[in-house]
Amino acid sequence: MTTSIAKPKVHHPDLPINAIGLTRRDYEGSMSTLCAGCGHDSITAAIVRAFFELSIQPHKVAKLSGIGCSSKTPAYFLREAHGFNSVHGRMPSIATGASAARRDLLQIGVSGDGDSLSIGLGQFCHAIRRNVRVLYVLENNGVYGLTKGQFSASADIGSKPKRGEPNRQAPIDPVLLALTLGATFVARSFSGDKEQLVPILKAGILHNGFAFIDMISPCVTFNDHEGSTKSYVYTREHMREVVHADLVPEREEIEVSYAEGSVAEVPMHDGTRVRLHKVAPDYDPTDRDAAYAYIRARQSEGLVATGLLYLGEGPPEMHDNENTVATPLAELPFDQLCPGSAELDRLMEDFR
Amino acid sequence: MTRVNDFAFKIATVNGTGSASANGLLMQSIFRMGIPVSGKNVFPSNIQGLPTWYEIRVNKDGYTARVPEFDLIVAMNAATYARDVAELQPGGYLLYDSTWPLPGSLRRPDVHALGIPLARLCNETFEGSRERTLMKNIAYVGALAALIEVDLDTIRQLLEEQFGAKKRALMESNYRAVQLGHDYAKANFECPLPIRLQKMAPPDGLVLIDGNTAAALGCVFAGATVGAWYPITPATSLMDAFRAFCQRFRRDKATGRNRFLVVQAEDELAAAGVVIGAGWAGARAFTPTSGPGISLMSEFIGLAYYAEVPCVFVDVQRTGPSTGMPTRTQQGDLLLTAYASHGDTKHLLLFPSDPNEAFHLAAQAFDLAERFQTPVFVISDLDIGMNDWMVPKLTWDDAYVPDRGKILTAEQLEKMKVFHRYLDADGDGIAARTLPGVHPKGAYFTRGSGHNKLGGYTEDAEEYQEVVDRIARKIAGAVEALPAPLIRRQPGARIGIVSVGGCNGAVIEAVDWLAARGIATDYLRVRAFPFDESVAAFLTEHEHVFVVEQNRDAQLRSLLSLETGVPRDRMIPVLRYSGLPMSRKYVVDDILKHLKGDARVREILAAEHGNGARVEIPA
Repeated sequence: MTTSIAKPKVHHPDLPINAIGLTRRDYEGSMSTLCAGCGHDSITAAIVRAFFELSIQPHKVAKLSGIGCSSKTPAYFLREAHGFNSVHGRMPSIATGASAARRDLLQIGVSGDGDSLSIGLGQFCHAIRRNVRVLYVLENNGVYGLTKGQFSASADIGSKPKRGEPNRQAPIDPVLLALTLGATFVARSFSGDKEQLVPILKAGILHNGFAFIDMISPCVTFNDHEGSTKSYVYTREHMREVVHADLVPEREEIEVSYAEGSVAEVPMHDGTRVRLHKVAPDYDPTDRDAAYAYIRARQSEGLVATGLLYLGEGPPEMHDNENTVATPLAELPFDQLCPGSAELDRLMEDFR
Repeated sequence: MTRVNDFAFKIATVNGTGSASANGLLMQSIFRMGIPVSGKNVFPSNIQGLPTWYEIRVNKDGYTARVPEFDLIVAMNAATYARDVAELQPGGYLLYDSTWPLPGSLRRPDVHALGIPLARLCNETFEGSRERTLMKNIAYVGALAALIEVDLDTIRQLLEEQFGAKKRALMESNYRAVQLGHDYAKANFECPLPIRLQKMAPPDGLVLIDGNTAAALGCVFAGATVGAWYPITPATSLMDAFRAFCQRFRRDKATGRNRFLVVQAEDELAAAGVVIGAGWAGARAFTPTSGPGISLMSEFIGLAYYAEVPCVFVDVQRTGPSTGMPTRTQQGDLLLTAYASHGDTKHLLLFPSDPNEAFHLAAQAFDLAERFQTPVFVISDLDIGMNDWMVPKLTWDDAYVPDRGKILTAEQLEKMKVFHRYLDADGDGIAARTLPGVHPKGAYFTRGSGHNKLGGYTEDAEEYQEVVDRIARKIAGAVEALPAPLIRRQPGARIGIVSVGGCNGAVIEAVDWLAARGIATDYLRVRAFPFDESVAAFLTEHEHVFVVEQNRDAQLRSLLSLETGVPRDRMIPVLRYSGLPMSRKYVVDDILKHLKGDARVREILAAEHGNGARVEIPA
């Protein structure tokens, strides 16, 4: 018996290939064992597309997770990437350590609202403070699925469970939290909106630091009913895209002309530019305080602002901050690490 | 009765007044005089204001374990006068600050009171309250220089080395304070006292070093690049030292960039996660911590054990349970670390007995962790970690090559048809691993959930058992790579003593003390867990077996019984767990009490009683 089902790797001759000669199939993993219709599977598909379109070698990626439904998903994409399904709420520290050892790895961490906002809230916050390079996807459905539907810390006040009393505790909004903590890349999207999601994922993969995406991802089994504020229907009705991102490869000129002030461009580490289209004309995704106030204001109207909500200044990426060498620490030859017996002899003079 | 190079004294001061540097100066001066010396800093969990003590033992024969009785006390803290004086041996010497009249609590007819107006002398000589307070401490070093003959030239030399040419004025005022105390003592007392120092052969090949510094060097020399930690007494100075040594040895000369990264984590859980993440990705990574940290790390420790990720933990034990006494020592984490985390686990533990071993075992821990793909614990303690010990200087073999264990290279993976993570290809229980970013064929999914030998998720009974059984075989196979127990034998010994870690000095002294009185003992010191076969043999081949350790519940005895099958009751526990290090006296007392039926033992007890020793004579 096994609950992990390998996906047959079938190459269709007509499948499009990317710049390194791989098809989208090469970015897939094993079959999902989540419920049919789960929002998480749509996100997995978007992740596959994002890595494919960026032509990234799968084995140069590390995919990490904690515990929960969302944390199972790294098995479902990038089969040629090392995966690490760690312990509940502690994926950020694994990401910190793996990044410390191998700064050349592209890391994607997948977590859930229980994982990141309850048991792992501390680790989530401190990985942001440290600005560890990882694309951090929080698949947010407001409930604990594997233990059968308890509210999580992201459940809204008044949101109704399938059975029992509505939630009465105030939610933790990970987007506002990330903004407060100085995150340099903060987005919110919806598993049902691939057009919005894929460019955000791509920008997040390229971001040199902690790229946070709060992904509303309805739980079809425990939280998709009337009265839930994390259902497909509710999310579609209440989400408002305030800024739309797309990626401009290096050297490509802007061909379309935009109305004054409607577009902001932010260069990424590798020369790619992220172009931010302001869907809401009064929204500025490069002004942390204004973004915070705007998102709060929409919340009080019962609306959920989505898009690449903030991209800008913050603390330096962990390695820049720690001034580590360019070579990944795990690849340094031993003679560059061990001072040797002569140095030890000299040092021992200090202890006489 | 004159006693040269064989006595103990204690300095009682107030925390935060600068006494640590005065006491360090004293220790180092005696060390430079070639006299075997040990210092125990008995300090409070406090930044300023609470009582603190520094105990120094000199012993020409080289015994450096703590002694609980003092021949001289420097009583500089009015708050603890009464208890300090009570600890003085009859006929001992009490040095106190006579700026104020001798308080009633200091009066004891059977000791010699030596009053020196240290505060008055320093107030007359120095400006400013801070300097006056600091110099008062240096002045008692000077008084001791006269009273027990600490070499003045050595003191001056050390001050010059400490302050250098740049801080000449500071050096001079320190030395002025030394002279103040020295000259007053010379003028007013009969110097030297019968307890005194005398230069011995220069201490060539020896150093005075603490175990945290030494363990940090072990991590540097073994090539650790990632360190993660959460500040905790008594492990903090280990990471401070690691960082300082890395800044000295691991800065790229051309770019000024670091070949190391230290993460000060938000808690010990995260520190463990960072170390496991880094070990998984191929770096040598470690975390220094203490018991409370191990408690928090336990979930991650189980993950590293089951997912087979190399990582190194240095547990500088302190007194538990709970917060316990953070600035006192204990060996209270033996059971905690041996089987840390839920489910079936068993971990490799290394037990240094002094800073020199802490250096070598810290380095070896990385080889073992990588070779056996498992957490390795260096079990130190506050006494080893934070006190200065006189040990052979640390040496390094440049022929050393790190044992990275079975890591498949890109070339090896390229030639393979398919890679599976947990296959026991060599029959030794150790499966080859791959590192991320190396080769597409190397990819696998690391998980703490049930997995089969291919690395896939499983809930299948047989597949699950196959993997955990292999891990058990792997850990059993690791025993022969661990440092073997050290056994000292005497002809005809019917008594066996087993001990661990920092008890070593006290046990060796006890063994010699008993031998000098006609009682032969064999002594086995475990240096690693799980134990090898010689341990079980030792336990069964002696008529009486004593297990000496520093915890209440005889944890080492429990481990010995659990792992060897020798019944607990075959082993007599010798336990001290007050937070202070083990002493020869405690070991001897307990052994003699237990053997009181023996005629030779009764003779010894009678003789010792006649000498005024506090050994109970059994009825």
